[in-house]
Amino acid sequence: MISTQEIQAKRPPFSAEKLEEVQGVIKQFPEGRQKSAILRVLHIAEEEFGGWLSPETMDYVAGLLDIQPIEVYEVATFYTMFNLEPTGKFVFEVCRTGPCMLVGSDNIIEYIKKKLGISKVGETSADGMFTLKTAECLGACGYGPMLQCGKTYHEHLTPEKVDALIEEYRAKYSSTNSQN
Amino acid sequence: MSRKLLLEHINVPGIETYDVYRNHGGYKSVEKALKTMSPQEVVEEVQKSALKGRGGAGFPTGMKWSFLAKPEGVPRYLVCNADESEPGTFKDRYLMEKIPHLLIEGMIASSYALGANTSYIYIRGEYYFVLEILEKAIAEAYKNGWLGKNIQGSGYDLDLYVAPGGGAYICGEETALLESLEGKRGNPRMKPPFPAIKGLYGCPTVVNNVESIATVVPILNIGADEYLKIGTEKSSGTKLISACGNLARPGVYEIELGLSVEEFIYGDDWCRGIANGKKIKALIPGGSSVPILPAHLITKTAAGETRYMSYESLSDGGFATGSMLGSGGFIVFDEDQCIVRNTWNFARFYSHESCGQCSPCREGTSWMEKVLRRIENGEGNMRDIDLLADINKKIEGNTICPLGDAAAWPVAAAIRHFREEFEWHVTNPQDALKGNYGLLKTPAITL
Repeated sequence: MISTQEIQAKRPPFSAEKLEEVQGVIKQFPEGRQKSAILRVLHIAEEEFGGWLSPETMDYVAGLLDIQPIEVYEVATFYTMFNLEPTGKFVFEVCRTGPCMLVGSDNIIEYIKKKLGISKVGETSADGMFTLKTAECLGACGYGPMLQCGKTYHEHLTPEKVDALIEEYRAKYSSTNSQN
Repeated sequence: MSRKLLLEHINVPGIETYDVYRNHGGYKSVEKALKTMSPQEVVEEVQKSALKGRGGAGFPTGMKWSFLAKPEGVPRYLVCNADESEPGTFKDRYLMEKIPHLLIEGMIASSYALGANTSYIYIRGEYYFVLEILEKAIAEAYKNGWLGKNIQGSGYDLDLYVAPGGGAYICGEETALLESLEGKRGNPRMKPPFPAIKGLYGCPTVVNNVESIATVVPILNIGADEYLKIGTEKSSGTKLISACGNLARPGVYEIELGLSVEEFIYGDDWCRGIANGKKIKALIPGGSSVPILPAHLITKTAAGETRYMSYESLSDGGFATGSMLGSGGFIVFDEDQCIVRNTWNFARFYSHESCGQCSPCREGTSWMEKVLRRIENGEGNMRDIDLLADINKKIEGNTICPLGDAAAWPVAAAIRHFREEFEWHVTNPQDALKGNYGLLKTPAITL
């Protein structure tokens, strides 16, 4: 097995603050059951390291949890929330399941595709800002059509709301970047 | 107006904070349990209330608790199933988001009853924003002495944590949930042993739905005798219903079990009828896994009796002419909707969410999805309809967990009640491609 030091050489480690958060998550579980922290640590890692889980990131998480890298790969590939390839800055995940379909999610998906100038779900807009994905039922059935972006739900979508949302995220991106 | 036990204070400003919640009678059930009741008495009270599990299966909560093994020196766990993923269901999210302390209070009372000193709320990863709300409320509960060591001087200790999933419907199945909580893929376990004997980390474990655990609070507050007076003889209490689809006023409602389906759909206090003045075509009353009901079986049973929102009335007629209360995911279809398209949509869902462990489910769900997509796109033939029924039979009952059944039943019900619609797609391939069956044929029955 590769040592943690070797992995860290390839992959920037968590900040001290994030590392402390991870240690806190591990402590929620009994001694020797630190593997239970994996899903939460993967969510944190994805957020910290560019919105996706590279093999290096997964190896780093394996080191943190003192488990084999394969144990991380098999989990990361099973759960649909984890991105295993790079995405746009923002990922729109539109719910496509029955109750949302009944209230027009198909039209919203088509509209977003047109708006972003992409030909199919899974693609990223040419400027690298938005990736469109579909998701199965996100538990917002009474408030559809809806999409999730990061930790935020956007509900009761209309074409006008989608336009506003895209503007909002663009503005958010340029303001964070000008600050840096 | 119907009695509210869970959502009574839902519109009080600030009810998500500890102080406001406490001022509205919060944490009284824990006080009562810790000060005046033994753990066994709490279990007996919940048994007596006849509370049925609110996650979908409807198994009596108190009975589930009574099965918990109690070997010496082995920890026991209570795990709350907040993996709410059944299409059409969003009630647990509403409860946790709006009134998080109610679930925490229920977790403390229930953990005390079961003798658990560490409990977990496993929440679907997409609800990460709800996880943050819960953790904030948990921190307040610790600060005020309702969690941690020696709770309110009772000598009882409890730690409560929230753990996120990663996007997998299957983790709502309790043994898959436990696998996931142990940091593994969500593959359901063979049963027996049941979690009550060997659950989390091989220790005795109870897994209960969010709403079931929250309902322990009013049961302890008003007492099982009073609770039994609410609802019907076979369906005690209240139930959260997630109303969605083509309704004028969709949302989460707390109903007294036994309310008529007609009143719930059309009543001013409830959903206020079908959106845009349209007619109803079909209803799935308990989440995507339960059989669909055609218009003539929604407000009346096949025997012509009034249909009520209760476990017994919604299942009246069995699968032939009835359905199930399930999770309370109440999905309404207006006259413009296409049943074939919807059946295909749900088949795609199950095929996407099958964990892949059992061949009948892994292969069967994707096969059904392909056949249904073919029919929906005007490329099917008559044999395909019977083929679906045949695949169904080969999945049903042949898998480790009920996901296979959940995938098979809705397809069987859709064909049973809307066969002519499937046949129309085969005989009118050009029209099937053009648009929705509902829009082209308008076959809805006037109520």
